[in-house]
Amino acid sequence: MTSVHVTDLTKDYALRSGLRRSTLRAVDRVSFDLVPRRTVALVGESGSGKSTIAKLLTRMEKPTSGTIDVQLDDRTPVMGSVYQRHVQMVFQDPFASLNPFHTIEHHVARPLRIHHRTHDAASTHARVVEMLERVNLTPAEAIAARRPHELSGGQRQRVAIARALAPGAQVLIADEPVSMLDVSIRLGVLNLLGRLQREDNLAVLYITHDLATARHFSDEILVLYRGRVVERGPADAVILDPHHDYTKLLALAAPDPDRVGSVGREGDTAVTREAIDNSVCYDHDLGAWVSIDEAPAARREAARA
Amino acid sequence: MTNIGPDVQVAVEGPGGPVETTAPTTPPEPRPAGRARPAWRLLLPTMTPWLATGLVLIAGVVLLGVVGPYLVGDPDAISDVGLSGPSAEHWLGTTQTGQDVLAQLAYATRGSLQIGLMVGVLATVLSAFFGIYGAYLGGAADEVFSLLSNVFLVIPGLPLVIVISGFVPRESRGLWTIAVVLALTSWAASARVLRAQTLSVRARDYVAASRLSGEKPWRVIGVEILPNLLPVLASQFVYAVIAAILGEAGLSFLGLGASNASTLGTMLFYAQNGFALPLGAWWWFVPPGLVIALFGMGLSLVNFSIDEIINPRLKNARTARRRAKAAARVARKAAR
Repeated sequence: MTSVHVTDLTKDYALRSGLRRSTLRAVDRVSFDLVPRRTVALVGESGSGKSTIAKLLTRMEKPTSGTIDVQLDDRTPVMGSVYQRHVQMVFQDPFASLNPFHTIEHHVARPLRIHHRTHDAASTHARVVEMLERVNLTPAEAIAARRPHELSGGQRQRVAIARALAPGAQVLIADEPVSMLDVSIRLGVLNLLGRLQREDNLAVLYITHDLATARHFSDEILVLYRGRVVERGPADAVILDPHHDYTKLLALAAPDPDRVGSVGREGDTAVTREAIDNSVCYDHDLGAWVSIDEAPAARREAARA
Repeated sequence: MTNIGPDVQVAVEGPGGPVETTAPTTPPEPRPAGRARPAWRLLLPTMTPWLATGLVLIAGVVLLGVVGPYLVGDPDAISDVGLSGPSAEHWLGTTQTGQDVLAQLAYATRGSLQIGLMVGVLATVLSAFFGIYGAYLGGAADEVFSLLSNVFLVIPGLPLVIVISGFVPRESRGLWTIAVVLALTSWAASARVLRAQTLSVRARDYVAASRLSGEKPWRVIGVEILPNLLPVLASQFVYAVIAAILGEAGLSFLGLGASNASTLGTMLFYAQNGFALPLGAWWWFVPPGLVIALFGMGLSLVNFSIDEIINPRLKNARTARRRAKAAARVARKAAR
């Protein structure tokens, strides 16, 4: 089993407009742990740094500072080319994440072959069929021969999940896996992820802007705002007892049938200036506000106690 | 195109939270042996009258160039029936020195096709390398490669070709020299097109996903990106062939062509030198000109069909027109 420890992760992007240069801090000192069988949700609006964290974790981008430690049960660090065998990702858009030129079989077979999970054509094919059946794509033989354009969005996303798990990944990053899908099939895909997590002891990072599914699907929630964690804690505590103005705003933004007519009032949508500037984070585990500089130390101390 | 029954997924609240149940999916419509249709089938353009015309034209010219030389006599054989019109003995007449025009045409077509193919391949390889590889690498390599193609793009082609051909001594000016010179001056424009297309394909999620699953860079380029560029490559290749044949004909007409080969351009050059036009010997200069024109037309027609693969909107417009026509026909019939 593989777990991930993220410490003080920071990512700066250089911006250039004409001769002026500036930096944009997309992710600012974010720390969290991904452990087997648990799901951490990153919640935030567009541009809050959620997807940047996914890119950093999958090594598509290099962090400016901070560390991402991926280690096995016996604390052996996972490094180099085997990294991708352990950390995999499901992309947001199932219509873009499968190559229209290749069959479904190709998409699932390639990771198997690259990571030497299978060694000849026959066993690869058998394994592909098995993977497709695991993600409820039946009849798997027929689906393996198809091309992405012949499948529905939900089916494609299942193929993407099968591809991510094909190398034997233990850490799964799901970047808004259901936001592009029909509402009617979202729950099916989320439940599939939940079942695979239980069966394979996966550590899952669930990235979303939807508080409701975050609560349904995850154990811990981190609320991101402009690259910083502004509130964190167990899923129920964050949703039912939000402390930070931004979390309250997110909760309000979700349509609620009991609150007809009150959505969208001017006062609801304004995050107070102090809430942005004072860079504090409400930590439900500690039950207190901590400043972003003291947060790691405070959490370490709490863990020791 | 059948789709598997919509994946019906119902979540039922069981005792231990939501339980996932899958409704049995309807059996798919039988597709012969569940085989994948080969990928290259996706790349073939739909058969239209235009495409058929183009293919017939190309096939005719290629047949003339490949098989023709074996059927005709010696193109250089001189006889004393100089400058005679088409007859039973000489189907396309003779030149001033009594050479058979049909024999010359067959050999010249073969020469022109050779140079077209050579330049087409060379230019496509060059443009694919500088366009696709540069765009895939990004950063400094991309800057250098696109600067290079920009420089080659602004060099005026034909004058440079004339200058280079003029520098190379006539005896060492073979078919290959001309081909390399033409390829060097014609790859830049397609490299820019390929670069733009690669940048767009490279940014797609499936390329990121294949990199993420650990594919090596050459496989990402060759297996994930390149197939999606094949229609563009094919169309650039076809244009390169047309441009090469025309460019070579122009060079040869100016007397700067390959010294050891006979092409349609050299035929026109000798016809011009032999005063074919003032003497009214149309059978001498019309056939080579016509072969160039028909071959160019055939390739262009094929290219329009390839364009439909690159830009499906063109195809949709065509099908819409056809449907409208069919509907109008039905309406007329009903009115009667």
